[in-house]
Amino acid sequence: MIEQGSRHGSVSRRTLVRGLAATGALAGIGMPFVARAAEPIRIGFPTPVTGPFGAEAKDQIRSAELAVKQFNEAGGLNGRMAELLVRDDKLNPGEAATRTLELIEKDKAHFIVGALSSAVQLSVNEITRSRKVLYVSISQSDTINEAKDFSRYTFHEALNPHMTTAAVAKHTFKKGTRVAYLAADYAYGHEMLRGFKRAAAAIGAETAGEILHPFGAPDYSTFMPRLRSMRPDILCICNFGRDQANSIKQANDFGLKKAARIVVPVLLHNQRLAGGADAFEGVVGASNYYWRLEETVPSAKAFNDAFRAAYANAIPTDYGAYGYTAVRSLLMAVKAAGDTDTDKVIAALEGLTYDVAKGPERYRACDHQAIQSVLITESRKKSEMQGEADLFRILEVEAGSEAALRTCDELGHRA
Amino acid sequence: MTSAFAALDLELIAMQLFSGVALGAVFVMLALGLSIIFGMLGIVNFAHGNFFMVGAYAGVFVMERTGSFWAALLVGPLMVGALGLLVERFLIRPLAGRSPDDPLLLTFGLGYVLVEGVRILFGSDGLPFATPEELSGVADLGIGYFPIYRLFVVGVVALVLVVLWYGLERTRLGLIVRAGARDPEILRVLGIDIQRLWLWVFGLGIALAALGGVLAAPMRSVNPEMGNVVLGEAFAVTVIGGMGSLMGSVVAGLLVGIVVSMTALVAPEMASIAMFAFMALVLLIRPQGLFGKPGLGV
Repeated sequence: MIEQGSRHGSVSRRTLVRGLAATGALAGIGMPFVARAAEPIRIGFPTPVTGPFGAEAKDQIRSAELAVKQFNEAGGLNGRMAELLVRDDKLNPGEAATRTLELIEKDKAHFIVGALSSAVQLSVNEITRSRKVLYVSISQSDTINEAKDFSRYTFHEALNPHMTTAAVAKHTFKKGTRVAYLAADYAYGHEMLRGFKRAAAAIGAETAGEILHPFGAPDYSTFMPRLRSMRPDILCICNFGRDQANSIKQANDFGLKKAARIVVPVLLHNQRLAGGADAFEGVVGASNYYWRLEETVPSAKAFNDAFRAAYANAIPTDYGAYGYTAVRSLLMAVKAAGDTDTDKVIAALEGLTYDVAKGPERYRACDHQAIQSVLITESRKKSEMQGEADLFRILEVEAGSEAALRTCDELGHRA
Repeated sequence: MTSAFAALDLELIAMQLFSGVALGAVFVMLALGLSIIFGMLGIVNFAHGNFFMVGAYAGVFVMERTGSFWAALLVGPLMVGALGLLVERFLIRPLAGRSPDDPLLLTFGLGYVLVEGVRILFGSDGLPFATPEELSGVADLGIGYFPIYRLFVVGVVALVLVVLWYGLERTRLGLIVRAGARDPEILRVLGIDIQRLWLWVFGLGIALAALGGVLAAPMRSVNPEMGNVVLGEAFAVTVIGGMGSLMGSVVAGLLVGIVVSMTALVAPEMASIAMFAFMALVLLIRPQGLFGKPGLGV
């Protein structure tokens, strides 16, 4: 950096001096208030634009930009506009940390929202926590709620595995149901497996057996004979993304769906598209959002309509909706606080109840987890789909309740 | 009760063995192309897995236009094979006579280009590829149920092996190819255009990778990263079998399939590692691989 400055020579130095003088003059005339009012509200948004979750990231960006646009069109914060600073975290914790630090130090972001993978989110949180910058995470995770990773600057707008597994189990498990588990052998897979088994114990469902598979395995054929020999009523597949699409597809090929119902902790729009209607037919899972919620929830209708108008009749996806709910609620808090001051906005977010896309939501005081509805959906049969985007049938909307979360005590938060 | 359990276990083990062989067939398909290219051109093709992926996408592309899986199975690999010809002619050939690391680095970089190219053309999320109607469903093998499509894949791989074996061992062209692998200098002196031979062998190797991709498409989701895992598997199999040995690829592919499958039965989370542990073990005992000639390719 120093080298670069000296190479540019005296011209740039002179420009700099002139610029400084001008700023000084402005301040001298007594306009600092105006100058500050014009300063935009900067929201840093790290998300994996490139890489396997690029499509989800783009959905998040589109939704987040919509929230920003609506805020600005409504006049912003007394004329102060918001702007979204999107950065590619490449699905890499190190990259995300660097980008976040840049957003805070160089771009002077007031807030950080984003991240899609749980490891990336924890690394972003590490930075924002040490810099005392407010961070709204929109990646599914149980860990971020726990006392060791939490800080008063940390908010978690996404669902967590505990909530989704409990909701899915409640809907599909019965007393005496035999459940076989196929789980990815890494942190997120273990979190989901733990959530399901905890719910199963409470309901009285039996464990027929469990298999941990290597993370990122492309072929599941070698697990199928054993899964079949467990003779389960329900096959519970606890993995994500490509692993989910591949394992569901292959379980279907091996005819397991004829003998057992397949349930998953999260059933996602883009994964269903990639996996195909036939493979996913009848699979049950949870999600934070599905566009057909608009038939019963007015805020979902408003969100969809705004999204359709802005993006050539496209509909928002589940992960996309996180970008909207998180940014929209943050900007509502900024408006309520009347300022971008971190402490004031934290207080405003803690006190906020917002309904922007899926019914009322609010952050719990102890761990800043968003208490929100969980949708239980079933993947539609191809012949029953009404249009290309009609992927799921909503079986149930589990209303948001603190009972769905682990207690503050359990997470290690001291009152 | 105990006898019922024993019967079940025996059936399970038999089923597991069979799954292993079927999985091995997929490995064989991949290792073959890699091995042919290495054996003939001495090139370690780091883009092999990505050509497998491009093959799957070519299959989707043809399938979408013709609606026929059979057209996809035939035309997909031909398209990608043609791409392979271009790569050999315009990217690999100019590197002739330079350090053997150069083609390795080139194919390594090419792999990234292919992934990004596919992301630009087809998106990063992956595409569905349904099992063809006439091959879907499960067959009762007596010891358990197995997808008909996977049986079909085993059949195709067996057919490819027979054709390759016949071509290499029983035809004049095969004779030239084998001679070229052993001593390209002498072949050149005899007036044979070795350059053209290399071109076609490279194209063939790539087409085999692409055929593997089209075959795998109905079993796995088609996505830009599907070649990455596959490359590691193909290398493990080729190294175990002996670099450049076709026989080695076949035997090692099946062995690795069985090792992975049996590990999945007793310690499922170790299934991926088992392949590489097996490779380490083989290399400790036979550094050149099961069928490799010592010192080849160094």
